[in-house]
Amino acid sequence: MIRINNFIIPLFSLIIFCLLWELLVWYNNWPNYKMASPSDLWPAFWKFKHLFLIYGWETFWRTVVGLILSVLVGLSLGILMGFSKTIRIGLYPILVGFNAIPKATVVPVIALIFVGMHNMNTIIIVILISFFPICVSISIGLSTLEREYEDILLSLGANKFEIFYKIALPKTLPEFFGALKVSTTLAFIGTNLMEIIEPHGRGLGHLFDSGKINADYPLMFAVLITLAVMGIFLYYIVVYLENIFAGWAIRK
Amino acid sequence: MHINIEKVSHQYETKQGMLPVLKDLSLSIKRKGFTAIVGPSGCGKSTITRLVSGLIKPTQGSIFISNKKITSPLSTVGMAFQNPVLLEWRNVIKNIILPLEIVSKNMTYNQKRSNALDLLKLVGLEEFENNLPSELSGGMKQRVSLCRSLVHSPEVLILDEPFAALDAFTKEDLWDVMHKLKKERDFTCILITHDLREAVYLADQVIVLSGRPASLQYDVKTNFNEEKKISDLYSSEVSQLLATLRNQIEIAQNKND
Repeated sequence: MIRINNFIIPLFSLIIFCLLWELLVWYNNWPNYKMASPSDLWPAFWKFKHLFLIYGWETFWRTVVGLILSVLVGLSLGILMGFSKTIRIGLYPILVGFNAIPKATVVPVIALIFVGMHNMNTIIIVILISFFPICVSISIGLSTLEREYEDILLSLGANKFEIFYKIALPKTLPEFFGALKVSTTLAFIGTNLMEIIEPHGRGLGHLFDSGKINADYPLMFAVLITLAVMGIFLYYIVVYLENIFAGWAIRK
Repeated sequence: MHINIEKVSHQYETKQGMLPVLKDLSLSIKRKGFTAIVGPSGCGKSTITRLVSGLIKPTQGSIFISNKKITSPLSTVGMAFQNPVLLEWRNVIKNIILPLEIVSKNMTYNQKRSNALDLLKLVGLEEFENNLPSELSGGMKQRVSLCRSLVHSPEVLILDEPFAALDAFTKEDLWDVMHKLKKERDFTCILITHDLREAVYLADQVIVLSGRPASLQYDVKTNFNEEKKISDLYSSEVSQLLATLRNQIEIAQNKND
């Protein structure tokens, strides 16, 4: 019953959302260059289904690879900052400053450094935009570990690595997954930023851009909806992993 | 294992400068003894637990366990705190075997589990072996924490106010659990507490520390009965003892002013 509800309820809310959207466009009598309605999207999607498949995959794998790498970067920096106060004090201003820079301005810089290496460019932007939440949550999780947790192992003569592996890391997992959910949605922003600003003829961002050039508004909306669906899909994969690795922290 | 604390002074570095917490503290705890340490709050009782377990080194003086000077943590020590600090992602049995994963790396899982189960039976929680800590009450968590502190058969058990956060009846239940554990497993025990009844009921020696910086103020034996029962706490003999201890605490607090 709970399983069915988990599926039915979100589906139901999605249908209501689309109906309200359709109603809004119909009531205001908006032409589709002002705001496309859900009923315009399917034809646009079907017309370019081949491109959606190719470009959708392009965008998807770049996002996933970028996300995996940002987990690695975020984890390693977070671990270093969690354990060493010196590294924490030293790195925080740089990381915060870096994160405050609008990533759209970094795109041309990266594109110039690695001319023509589209995949790598895109993945670098994804890493730059996604690692920060992971890094911060891990470093806070590790640096705020209560003294007693360390004491139970330290008093037995355990080393730093054992404390990290047996206590600190598992204890930080719920925070890590919280941050990963934020990073997952950020990652799509990163991929599309690169694909839209530096069009290199690939990815959903490029499809969006060509919709803009051709004034094909339903196509632009269809791209956005596809991105939303992909985002939801990745998000639930993270939720699934969270249930496996940090299920103990979720209230039933 | 008898414990000797010899002329120990300790101070912490704080923003306001050095803060002395212990001053020339000397006391001895006999082998297989049960010693309760009471004193005004903030007088440095928890510092003693960290010193005896080897987590920190005293600024001056030395601590000996069986005539061996402590310089680093010993695997023959077990600790339990007011906060049960159970690992939320491990079930009860896996929480209890944690110390064995550090000190007895060669032991098989089944051996570890049977060691843990023996203790779990003693505290009356054998049917909760596979439950997660979040499914247990405060008193049950503290029982699990006690099992964990004893699973590697330590020769010294250090309890830092383990019953302080429990309600009165749960507390009395756990006192009896503690009696049972002490009878079944032979260890030397140091109990830090604010509860004088608890000190008198559990320990055979009660030590009152003076206000900060703490030194030994009062040392008394409490062997009023071979097998202590809760009702003994209402006898005139114990009432008198409690009144004396209460008075000693007040003297210690005045010194603090």
